[in-house]
Amino acid sequence: MTLDPGYLEYPMRRHGMDHDLYSWSNLFERAPISWPNGSKVLTWIVIDLEWFPIVPNDKPFRAPGHMQTAYPDYRHYTSRDYGSRVGVYRLLDALEKAGARASIAANAAIAARYPALIADIVAAGHEIIAHSTDMNGTIATGVDEDDERRIIADTLSELEKATGTRPTGWLSIARSQSFNTPALLAEAGLSYMCDWVNDDLPYRMRTPEGPILNLPLNHELSDRQILNVQQQSMASYCQQMQDAFAWLAGEAETFGGRMLSLNVTPYITGLPYRMAEFDRLLQWLAAQPGHGFATGGEIAAAAGPQID
Amino acid sequence: MREGEGDPGLYDYVPYRARPRITWPGGKQIAVWVSPNLEFYELDPPANPHRKSWPKPHPDVVGYSHRDYANRVGHWRMAEVMEKHGFKGSVSLSVALCQHVPEVVAHANELGWEFFSHGIYNTRYSYGMDEAQERAIIEDSIRTVRDATGQTIKGWLAPALTHTPRTLDLIAEYGMSYTCDLYHDDQPMPVATKSGRLISMPYSLEVNDHYGFFIYNMSPREYAQTLIRQYERLAEEGEASGTVMCIPLHSYLIGQPHRIGPFEEVLRHIAADGRAWITRSGDIADHYLTHHADLAGGKA
Repeated sequence: MTLDPGYLEYPMRRHGMDHDLYSWSNLFERAPISWPNGSKVLTWIVIDLEWFPIVPNDKPFRAPGHMQTAYPDYRHYTSRDYGSRVGVYRLLDALEKAGARASIAANAAIAARYPALIADIVAAGHEIIAHSTDMNGTIATGVDEDDERRIIADTLSELEKATGTRPTGWLSIARSQSFNTPALLAEAGLSYMCDWVNDDLPYRMRTPEGPILNLPLNHELSDRQILNVQQQSMASYCQQMQDAFAWLAGEAETFGGRMLSLNVTPYITGLPYRMAEFDRLLQWLAAQPGHGFATGGEIAAAAGPQID
Repeated sequence: MREGEGDPGLYDYVPYRARPRITWPGGKQIAVWVSPNLEFYELDPPANPHRKSWPKPHPDVVGYSHRDYANRVGHWRMAEVMEKHGFKGSVSLSVALCQHVPEVVAHANELGWEFFSHGIYNTRYSYGMDEAQERAIIEDSIRTVRDATGQTIKGWLAPALTHTPRTLDLIAEYGMSYTCDLYHDDQPMPVATKSGRLISMPYSLEVNDHYGFFIYNMSPREYAQTLIRQYERLAEEGEASGTVMCIPLHSYLIGQPHRIGPFEEVLRHIAADGRAWITRSGDIADHYLTHHADLAGGKA
């Protein structure tokens, strides 16, 4: 056996990254970030609001949480809709009790289909982040560039129409991008995206269409990862968030502001048996010294001028 | 190895009962080594016909950026906790990290960590290499680590655990003394090679953080308890004959904010226990080959 000689050639073996999107940077050597109101740790809650058409699309891939049985998959279609009808209202109530404003990453289809929900979210002062058209709007290499551009543009215009405000943030489905995505998001005028999970603080990416911030939305801390994928309990989930907060708060004493990202899914956390613990978690966070809640837009606005 | 045979012929069967006594320095019962994988993964690597680099089309944003977390955040957090409790790393190194992020390599070197090779990138696999190609990555590894750190590598953990039938013979021929790729024992054991003298260094793959979190789906606190139980059992057994425990880590996993606190308790526990020789893999190999040459066998 032998491999193609190109397999032992390393054209990108050089100082720095093997691409030009961003430079390497050590979190602990950067200038400290200051958060508004003197907060040490900001909790950034991102709630995914998703509509899964009962006819799934497998190109370029089927979204996590999508239909699983033979057609018609009433089980998963309705269980996901439960999140948008019931679960999300429990989460909104929990946010209100904790005095928290959050980022709601919404499919455009949610705005078109459930305007009452969007109105309630906007009235409560939460931010809407663009989260593609619907759960068939997945992006990966292989999607035609113009099709991807259209997904982004349609999502932004639909959400703007429903809310009166054009979103400034973007979350891809499954955080999946093509090689074109960062540039297309910058071209569309978005100021930040949430897909790259390589940091604990916002950092700036370069694209041919100009810069864009990346706000890392930690997938390891998401309810999907901990409760669904790893099948741990809600009590354990809450413990892990508290442990994460405690560690970040400790670092903030020396290294400047830190950010705790909580990616929450209405049909996962918004179930009746999980809500008491989630309520208590938000109350606990709200009571910690130096803690604040913030939206992605607020974090981007605060961090943007402070980073290279 | 005996290529094509059912038993690859890497070592003899040695029952765990009534073994000769292995002694560790200072009368310690268990040698504990921490093995951070300092890695670099490529965003768009060429395809190996025997294994895909990424499960998704390139760029696999979550796969890549999760691992990139190590060099921006996780390494620094993990290294500080290790240093605080007196644990030097034995680094399983993607040697191209010496080019991409020399800051991480220099930091580990200054802390007195040992380096062994984990291939060029963790996205370039050995499967399908011919002998010349495999020699090229071994020679590249030796040269790159020497240039970056002044150290001569003594061990090998195959890139992404991908081997060829000749890997062990070759690393022994190049003078390496241990492999971390064989998981048949909790004590060092001689490995049959064509030349040189090679031992298997217990790597405790089952308590690798990747196994803990993604094979066994443990919470951070469950993983910490697992490591403590692993330690307690091996320390107790080491009274009869010294044992080895490795804590194999990836800082993009253990260095996450919800995991590093529980992990620190593990290091605190082991450091306070008194039965552990807290050391590096190369030091274990050197001690074993010097003091237990009779056990190590080999053809030196």
